[in-house]
Amino acid sequence: MATAEIEGVGSGAWDGGGSPYAMPSKKLGMWLFIISDALTFSALLMAYSYLRASSEVWPTPFHFWPSIVVSSVMTFCLLTSSITMVMAVAAAKKGNVGGTVAWLGATMAGGLAFVVLHANEWRGLIAEGLRPFSNPWGSPLFGATFFTCTGLHMLHVTIGVVVLGVVAAGHKKGRYSAEHVEVAGLYWHFVDLVWMFLFPMIYLLSIAPK
Amino acid sequence: MSTHDTGGHAEGSNRLYLTVWVMLLTLSGVEVFLGYERLPIHIMIVLLMGLSVLKAGLIIAYFMHLRFERLSLVLTLIPMWVVVTSLLLVFFPDSFRLLEFRFPK
Repeated sequence: MATAEIEGVGSGAWDGGGSPYAMPSKKLGMWLFIISDALTFSALLMAYSYLRASSEVWPTPFHFWPSIVVSSVMTFCLLTSSITMVMAVAAAKKGNVGGTVAWLGATMAGGLAFVVLHANEWRGLIAEGLRPFSNPWGSPLFGATFFTCTGLHMLHVTIGVVVLGVVAAGHKKGRYSAEHVEVAGLYWHFVDLVWMFLFPMIYLLSIAPK
Repeated sequence: MSTHDTGGHAEGSNRLYLTVWVMLLTLSGVEVFLGYERLPIHIMIVLLMGLSVLKAGLIIAYFMHLRFERLSLVLTLIPMWVVVTSLLLVFFPDSFRLLEFRFPK
């Protein structure tokens, strides 16, 4: 437990040691952001559940093809981009710049595939008549919850891809250290984690009856 | 286990991460399978959310390295999230009651 070597404070984590979390401030900042963002998504999913529980007819428009197959492939893309992100962080810590940039590129490809597939999914549903406050199937609130939850998540993925691109370019030039890659990775894994809740809550609980 | 580099924590091996990845994919497959089992909705919610919490735990613990960080960080982040999210459940009795208030068709 001896990590704090600053004079005048106790050395233990609970004695106000110099670095009670034993991590760089950027990483701690990212963790605090992530936990507050997690609360945002918690609140959104609770609001969705509230509206669903209080609606008489909740639409179940997701057929096996295309919605469930495509959303499963999207889940695969995100999970795989998470493992490539882990590889990028590991390469960055070893000082392997080329490897880091390559793995970050693979991660961005996974994220982009997710966004493209999801946008196409939206397009298909909109073509079937889904609007934020009306749809042909049941409770008009379905569209609002669907677009809000998945839209905010898609925004997070898009921002993540941009951030990874910036970090990859900066890391190649030597402007961003391995720590930056790791912090960007934390954010990316969080985006993956959120989808692990959205996918069952939004898609798998609204599968169309045969 | 703590050395004095910037991370200050032990690392998992590639093999560990790949195992976690395969487990996450398997659990996702189980979820899709459950989606087609047509169980009553409350059982579905419990099963799906249980599996999702498990997956979230795997991602946080291994991919996000929380397992290799200080306990103080875990205690700062996780209980707060659990308590606040649980407090949101306070709305649910109201949402069930709304159904009773509708005009009969």
